[in-house]
Amino acid sequence: MTTPAPLLTVHDLRVEFAAARGRATTTAVRGVDLTLNRGETLGIVGESGSGKSVTALAVLGLLPGTATVHGSVALDGQELVGRPARELAAIRGRRIAMVFQDPLSAFTPVFRIGDQIAEAVRVHQRVDRAAARRRAAELLDLVGIPDPVRALDSFPHEFSGGMRQRAMIAMAVANDPDVLLADEPTTALDVTIQAQVLEVLRTAQRETGAALVLVSHDLGVVAQMADRVAVMYAGRVVESAPVDELFAAPHHPYTLGLIGAVPRLDRTGGPLVPIPGQPPALHALAPGCPFAARCPLAVPECRAAEPVLTGPGEHLAACLRSGELAAERPAPAEVYPVPALPPTRSPAPAARETLPRVLSVDGLRRTFPVHKGTVFKRKVGEVYAVDGVRLDIRRGETLGLVGESGSGKSTALFEVLGLRPPEAGRIELLGQDTAALSAEAAHRLRARVQIVFQDPMASLDPRLPVGDIIAEPLQAQGADRGRIAARIPQLLTQVGLEPDHAARYPHEFSGGQRQRISIARALAVEPELLVLDEPVSALDVSIQAGVLNLLQQLKAELGLAYLFVSHDLSVIRHLADRVSVMYLGRTVEDGPVEQVFAAPRHPYTRALLSAVPLPDPVAERNRVRILLPGDPPSPTSRALGCPFRPRCPVYAALPAEQRPRCEREAPGPAADDVHAVACHYPAA
Amino acid sequence: MLRYLAKRLAYYLVLLVAAVFLAYALASAALDPRAYFEEKHPRPSTAAVDRQLTALGINDRTPVVIRFGHWAEGAVLHGDLGRTIHDTSVNADFGRRIWVSLRLLVVGSLLGMLLGVLAGAWSAVRQYRISDRALTISSFVLLSTPVFLLALFLKNGAIAANQASGHQLINFTGYETPGLTGGLGTHLADWGVHLLLPTLSLSLTGLATYSRYQRGTMLDVLGSDYLRTAEAKGLTRRRALLKHGLRTAVIPMSTLFAYNFLGIFTGAVFTETIFGWHGMGEWFINAIRENDTNSVVAVNLFTAVTVLASGFLADTLHAALDPRVRG
Repeated sequence: MTTPAPLLTVHDLRVEFAAARGRATTTAVRGVDLTLNRGETLGIVGESGSGKSVTALAVLGLLPGTATVHGSVALDGQELVGRPARELAAIRGRRIAMVFQDPLSAFTPVFRIGDQIAEAVRVHQRVDRAAARRRAAELLDLVGIPDPVRALDSFPHEFSGGMRQRAMIAMAVANDPDVLLADEPTTALDVTIQAQVLEVLRTAQRETGAALVLVSHDLGVVAQMADRVAVMYAGRVVESAPVDELFAAPHHPYTLGLIGAVPRLDRTGGPLVPIPGQPPALHALAPGCPFAARCPLAVPECRAAEPVLTGPGEHLAACLRSGELAAERPAPAEVYPVPALPPTRSPAPAARETLPRVLSVDGLRRTFPVHKGTVFKRKVGEVYAVDGVRLDIRRGETLGLVGESGSGKSTALFEVLGLRPPEAGRIELLGQDTAALSAEAAHRLRARVQIVFQDPMASLDPRLPVGDIIAEPLQAQGADRGRIAARIPQLLTQVGLEPDHAARYPHEFSGGQRQRISIARALAVEPELLVLDEPVSALDVSIQAGVLNLLQQLKAELGLAYLFVSHDLSVIRHLADRVSVMYLGRTVEDGPVEQVFAAPRHPYTRALLSAVPLPDPVAERNRVRILLPGDPPSPTSRALGCPFRPRCPVYAALPAEQRPRCEREAPGPAADDVHAVACHYPAA
Repeated sequence: MLRYLAKRLAYYLVLLVAAVFLAYALASAALDPRAYFEEKHPRPSTAAVDRQLTALGINDRTPVVIRFGHWAEGAVLHGDLGRTIHDTSVNADFGRRIWVSLRLLVVGSLLGMLLGVLAGAWSAVRQYRISDRALTISSFVLLSTPVFLLALFLKNGAIAANQASGHQLINFTGYETPGLTGGLGTHLADWGVHLLLPTLSLSLTGLATYSRYQRGTMLDVLGSDYLRTAEAKGLTRRRALLKHGLRTAVIPMSTLFAYNFLGIFTGAVFTETIFGWHGMGEWFINAIRENDTNSVVAVNLFTAVTVLASGFLADTLHAALDPRVRG
């Protein structure tokens, strides 16, 4: 049997970016080899700066003018690199199509969705306007957009994120391409919407028979979708293998580290495996293996020359010691040094009751008026951003607050931190009711609650040295100079930085280090509750692991309580003692993390958990997924009954006589349950 | 939509009344028409001056509110903007000069906008290349050249051209050759010859200004994802830039266009004066010099209307160009 010629072959692809005058050029891609067969799905995994997106854009010839491409990209044997722009344009969208990451910015805001899709049809096919429009409607129907004919006349901003990405896929498959390039197609989306969109990608692939190149940083998404995987690091492919083999027995230490660094939804606790250091700067690469500086297995030969991508059969790795890894199949923790975390155990429910409450929120509501009109503004309604949230955190406990975008997590957070009387409901922080706080008491209370924000760049003043940044909360509380001077080195050491970092500025640090600075600042005034608003979602996996380990360590050492807000359920599973799930401004389920994750009772929680892709291809294949229909509704209408009803699979399956309860009564969680659920018909 | 428009207009009307009253009060306080008459030779009697001033409705011994009431009554009921200080009709002046201004400015302004947009977009696409730098430098030179200096250069150039050719090729004073006889074609050609220099001066300034803005908005758009999407669909770069890029980059310009285009009617004082066109700008300056309160107020009324109309035009343009702000 002869193997058929591959559809797309990338050979020794190199991409250089010209820099501003006086600076060295940056080589973003340094000799990438890839093959793609007809109908298969190739996953390209890597962290930011690994060159994965640049590789995808180079295949399409869509890099900016500052880039120079060398090497070869051949589609069906036809060379694409160096072709005249006009010929490339004829191939783009017809034979190779692309789905981009951010579906909001990927559509031209001033043209209707239907016109933009029809344009893609008419660029390559000689059809009249009406036929192109009919085709656009068919395509929208294919990707599951309800009422496709009406949707044609919508503008991009009128679509939700998930709908936009569906439309993007529809546009990409408009001309039945042979190759579909998807660059982080679900990264900007919530997890239930991600599940829908991945399903649509699969449908599109099935309908057109296209081969799919899926570029992603998310090992779970790749494990779920790909047949083969290429792992990229510092502009090269360091390992490439069929998906099962890659996850079961990685031959490159970087791949092994990545797999160990990801928190798992199907496993509890324990320290994660952080990869030490950070990716090298591509304009100043040392000779030898670019990963050697971070590699626990590095030997002197690694620094002499860069290893080539080679190996038995289809499993290739660019590592001198890949043979040993293949033979011994070590676990990530056996290769990488793992910090010993002091044991933290969640207290038993009975013991928990005796612990002092750090935060107690009940029935919290926050509405925002909706105004209309430019000259005469008038209130036309209200957004119920938070409408019935309850939170309960005891000393030394971590509560994970989970919800998709628009669920009201952040609003709830800022209501708590505002230390004001709530619009409705009750907030009790460290034993004090915020409705009855004097200004002075509020000021004192503020020191006992601190926050770490999502974006470590935006939350640090770029013009202040790190020492001054950390000193600010202390100054605000009137600490004297001597105490501040003593505290800064102490805090920096505590978060894993050096005392002499105090004199440097934020831009001199990497993302992970900046987040450590934010944590040091928050810890300066010795708070009892630390609010963490998506603290690791801006970080790469290998860096994120280190920060999560640090948080666990600090909690054990200092007896802190955390309110940890995240959209990433795996992170919550890893770190939290208890979890609270929000949907449309309400708490729908809360309880101990093991119970909620092992036996979720609310249909929304069940769907949410089933939507998270696991970084394990075997487990992924054997999983039953619950796909929720549609998008979360707008919180401006406060419908009677259960707000989850329109998307609820349980309600949809209910016999008629049981439905009215969901339609009329809004379910509320029982206040004193250990594992409470706001559903009339919860799973047992 | 109609309801919205009606509301908008009502709101404008309130603003207009306020603006005109303030302008009237300010003009009455600052200008001194009494002095104009008292300086005449032979000096008229105080009673005669008073009579004259009262007849014109600008007697400073009448309280300003009452004067404004009379003026407004005439303006609203009869569309009569009063008498100039020379006891001629303000309306007549107005009617004559507005056409002069329009004829002078319309071609130059529109041309400046069009060229500015094209040059700016082109410059952005060729960022940091020689052509971009050349355009950048020349627009800064143009922008930092005062209008009267630019106009003088143009005039000198025209004189040189006329001398070199031995004919009066380019005419740069006034808007037509007095006493010209001939058909429509002759008149049109004559207008064109007169319009050439002022139009050139206006469109050069417009080109320099707008191209700077357009270059900025276009640069924002150039790195955008949707432009990349358009190319990924198979559009050539040129088509993607023209259809998806320029179309979006021109949106922020609409406000600028609306205000500048209508605002220029009263702002082209230098251009009018230098090329000898008797338009609105020249009228305004003369009226202030002659303490001609009613004319000043008339120009102010006109300015207020153009500002409000600009706002309305800007909003409408913006809504027409950008679906995100509709609804």
